Amino acid sequence: MGIYLLKRLLMMIPLLFGITIITFAVIHLAPGEPVEMQVAMNPRVSAEARERLRKFYDLDKPLYVQYGKWVGRLARLDFGRSFAPDGRKVLDKIKERIPITLSLNIIALLLEFGLAVPIGIFAAIRRDTPLDKGITVFVFLGFAVPTFWLALLLMYVFGVKLSWFPISGLHSMGSEGMGTVGWLLDMARHLILPISVATFSSLAGLSRYMRSTMLEVIRQDYITTARAKGLSERTVVFRHALRNALLPVITLLGFSVPGLIGGSVIFETIYAIPGMGQLFYMGVMARDYPLVMGILVIGACLTLVGNLLADVGYALADPRIRTGGAA
Amino acid sequence: MSFRESYFYQVFWARFRGNRFAVAGGITVLCLFLVSFLAPYITPYDPDALDLYHVLMPPSADHWFGTDELGRDVFTRIVFGARISLKVGFVAVGIAVLVGTVIGLVSAYYGGMIDAIFMRFVDIMLCFPTFFLILAVIAILEPSIWYIMIIIGLTGWMGVARLVRAEVLSIRERDYVMAAKSIGASDMRIIFRHVLPNALSPVLVSATLGVAGAILTESALSFLGIGVQPPTPSWGNILTAGKDYIEFAWWLSLFPGLAILVTVLSYNLLGEGIRDALDPRLNR
Amino acid sequence: MRIGRCATLVLILVLLVACDDGRKAAPPVKRGPGVPAYGDALVVGSIGEPSTLIPLLASDSASHEVAGQIYNGLVRYDKNLKLEGELAESWDVSSDGLTITFHLRKGVRWHDGEPFTSRDVLYTYRVTIDPKTPTAYADAFKQVQRAEAPDQYTFRVTYGKPFAPALESWGMAVLPAHLLEGKDITKSELARNPVGTGPYRFKEWVAGQKIVLDSNREYYEGRPYVDRYIYRVIPDTSTMYMELKAGALDMMGLSPVQYQRQTNTPEFLSRFNKYRYAASAFTYLGYNLRHPLFTDRRVRQALTSAINKDEIVHGVLLGMGQVTHGPYKPGTWAYNPRIPDFDYNPERARQLLAEAGWRETDSEGILTKDGKPFRFTILTNQGNAERLKTAQIIQRRLRKVGIDVKIRVIEWASFLSQFIDKGNFEAVLLGWTISPDPDMFDIWHSSKTGPKELNFIGYKNPEVDRLLVEGRETFDQEKRRRCYWQFQEILAQDQPYTFLYVPDALPVVSARFRGIEPAAAGIMYNFIKWYVPKDEQQYLQ
Repeated sequence: MGIYLLKRLLMMIPLLFGITIITFAVIHLAPGEPVEMQVAMNPRVSAEARERLRKFYDLDKPLYVQYGKWVGRLARLDFGRSFAPDGRKVLDKIKERIPITLSLNIIALLLEFGLAVPIGIFAAIRRDTPLDKGITVFVFLGFAVPTFWLALLLMYVFGVKLSWFPISGLHSMGSEGMGTVGWLLDMARHLILPISVATFSSLAGLSRYMRSTMLEVIRQDYITTARAKGLSERTVVFRHALRNALLPVITLLGFSVPGLIGGSVIFETIYAIPGMGQLFYMGVMARDYPLVMGILVIGACLTLVGNLLADVGYALADPRIRTGGAA
Repeated sequence: MSFRESYFYQVFWARFRGNRFAVAGGITVLCLFLVSFLAPYITPYDPDALDLYHVLMPPSADHWFGTDELGRDVFTRIVFGARISLKVGFVAVGIAVLVGTVIGLVSAYYGGMIDAIFMRFVDIMLCFPTFFLILAVIAILEPSIWYIMIIIGLTGWMGVARLVRAEVLSIRERDYVMAAKSIGASDMRIIFRHVLPNALSPVLVSATLGVAGAILTESALSFLGIGVQPPTPSWGNILTAGKDYIEFAWWLSLFPGLAILVTVLSYNLLGEGIRDALDPRLNR
Repeated sequence: MRIGRCATLVLILVLLVACDDGRKAAPPVKRGPGVPAYGDALVVGSIGEPSTLIPLLASDSASHEVAGQIYNGLVRYDKNLKLEGELAESWDVSSDGLTITFHLRKGVRWHDGEPFTSRDVLYTYRVTIDPKTPTAYADAFKQVQRAEAPDQYTFRVTYGKPFAPALESWGMAVLPAHLLEGKDITKSELARNPVGTGPYRFKEWVAGQKIVLDSNREYYEGRPYVDRYIYRVIPDTSTMYMELKAGALDMMGLSPVQYQRQTNTPEFLSRFNKYRYAASAFTYLGYNLRHPLFTDRRVRQALTSAINKDEIVHGVLLGMGQVTHGPYKPGTWAYNPRIPDFDYNPERARQLLAEAGWRETDSEGILTKDGKPFRFTILTNQGNAERLKTAQIIQRRLRKVGIDVKIRVIEWASFLSQFIDKGNFEAVLLGWTISPDPDMFDIWHSSKTGPKELNFIGYKNPEVDRLLVEGRETFDQEKRRRCYWQFQEILAQDQPYTFLYVPDALPVVSARFRGIEPAAAGIMYNFIKWYVPKDEQQYLQ
């Protein structure tokens, strides 16, 4: 196991390198240029001003030179400066958004797993009862109803009509004077609606996987054996079946690692939450290459780590699985 | 058809018919496709006919689902939109599930070097800046619904691959696979008879979830300039247009949302019915 | 001036606006005028976050809107869109039109207490034309041959030839030399912590959430009544509307549907005042004149005749806008009200098309010429629902005269680089903002048809070229008016664009604010005179 881990970790270096080359090439070759976004269709800008901007951002150099410069900076953990007019460091821009995105995602993730796993198990045990069907409709409802629709509906009911919760943003006006506890409570009040919506819409995925593998496992011989031995249903389900039904959960957990720093643009836009989703989207639309590369590289690292953790997780959940091999 | 095979289908059919939910799901799916084929006969309106003096009218006897921002009949547009949305849901998810299942299965079953290579490929694909790929497609190709389906399919299989792989990693160590190997069964036979049927659950779940995802992704991509272009309706773009009027014209987003929900639910019931009917262990 | 995605970003308020030509807004609720009092705060929403508060480096409307409260220029447009002095008390133009001398206001101080002098103006000019400064605004200043500051309160510029838009260009925000001189402006902390001379001083910026400005009590025009100006970033307009209704926002721009159908309840009208006036922008359908389909003027005239503009204003804007036939805003001095137009007339369209050789129709009813069907694609940018609707209405109308139109929506950056810059399009549906100065050299002059230039449709007319040059080389408004009126008559004949409509700006402001006087320039021009009577103030300090 130790050697396997080491190999995989070492493998990540060339892999990351390859990913950055592909990514860098693809985003630079795709149509559109950062300068365009700042100056196009502006009558006060001449071709000369455009060239000036291109030079300023090194866009007049060949692609490999640009990549070389970028990698050189990255080696010193410098993601460069954003192409946006503010010219701020990419790392600063990311840093100011990470805390909120990370905490939102962790809370939502905990809720999602905390709710979806039991829902899935429950639905599997009570298979084909009206309750199971009801749960099915409920979770798919959350999945199929567009986020913006649900979000705006809740805003209208709880924000405008009932005035229970604030509508958007993270803090009320004047929250600075509330003291730490008051400030936190104020923020919590702002987060109740967005987190509820995020959780509701994500229940379907995990709970359906849970339900279906649980059903699969329950039919296995050893479960029948366990039942035949007269073990209580509770013991059968939680001791024997659950452990074997965890594989998809582990896979999904692995996938949610890069998701921790990501966010849905629509969701963040509706709730006016300054998160990573918006930052990335704006970066893409403005072709802010350094920013986009920065976020993609961090995302890539987390993806690799997430999948590695999942691979390790499989072996822990099901000892029959032998990890290793030639990786 | 050999006796064994025809027997297999009989059993399958008998089991499937016995499952009310599965039949209901199947009939709904069938109806949805029928509606999309027969769209012009179902509704008296032209889906693109504008009526600028009756924009954003609430549901009424004339317009069951109301009218949209250009006075078009929303019911008609949903019926016609089914053509695009059902196709996207079906084909895009089909591609993703097929590619994902094959890669996951092969990767886990053979393991070793193959597994390592395939899984690193998955890692790379997961990090691929899909959005920029789409931009490149916009620049080179004329808009077409097929590019959308292919793009959604080819960038959406990684999840399926990893889910299937995890299942198969566990299945290949089970007694019955070992037994089959020891009596010298061919890899193909083991894969199709023993491994695949048991790894099907996550595939089915990701397929049903993928359908809704693909239907919504279609509209986002169309608005970037590669898919169906206005005025052609799809559920996704009716929904998207409805967003601007949400506090006021709820019918614009509610009905296409419901259409997606019904589609996903009936696919789900159908899928589960098929799996149960295929499962040799399940006797009810 | 900037179109497309960013034009849609100018959602909060279009600040430069024209006269309210007789069409009244819903009657505002009568609240007494109250007694002017200091205090309270105005909370506005913005769908975009400013990028930098150094206006020289910013190209987005959100940045300019906030910076506009913090900085001043030498000149500005008054409520009637006439230039007046701001940091310059007055100015003289030499008789040959080549030299402009600004006499600066005395006693103005920067927010940090330093006095404002001609040194600041000279620095701002120099940094703007410095090739190392990544700014989009250097061009107008490149025309300057010499700039000098003979004394602390005089600033003089000399041009190579008379240049009418020059005056307007000096409305650019003046930057504090004492904080910037000798430093790299791109790395200056002023971008996040600006120091200006304007009515509001910067207080704080919470990234992605809000910017807070406090009133400048020493402002040279007097202390603004409203103590605080809070700018909240709310990227979604539906959310913004909810916030407005919940009372957490004081001002926003409404959409036509919100204005007409959602905000006429007594409850809403007792809490808010709605305003309505023509915005400074127009939407048009532009034809690629290099494309064989559109080289014949009769074809373009026919297309315009086949499009029902009234129906578009009605359907897309719910009547909240007006049909337009040229590139200027109705009611401004440059606007020619008597230009011949091709009003909706499908018969005439068919006739013109027949004259141009489009006589036969194929089996689908599409006009053909030399066996080729009349078929083209209208491109528009993603993210603008109004344009998308307009395109669909046009599509239906053109189909009726036998022209097959496809629509394609494309993301903005690709739209520019793949289609506009390469001349790879047939027709585009876009918009321009209308600036108060009528100079449109860059958009219509034949020298501006190169790649990435603004006359991307390739319009070339020697007479128009002459008029555009003449119009920008004199300061005499009457002479200029004659040039631009004639220019509009030629455009009307040539129909290089089908000019479609000028939408209305539909701002709504909390009724507790008094002193708002809508004028040609909109409502924000006298913001420092807005006040909230003491007993109605909502945010107490």
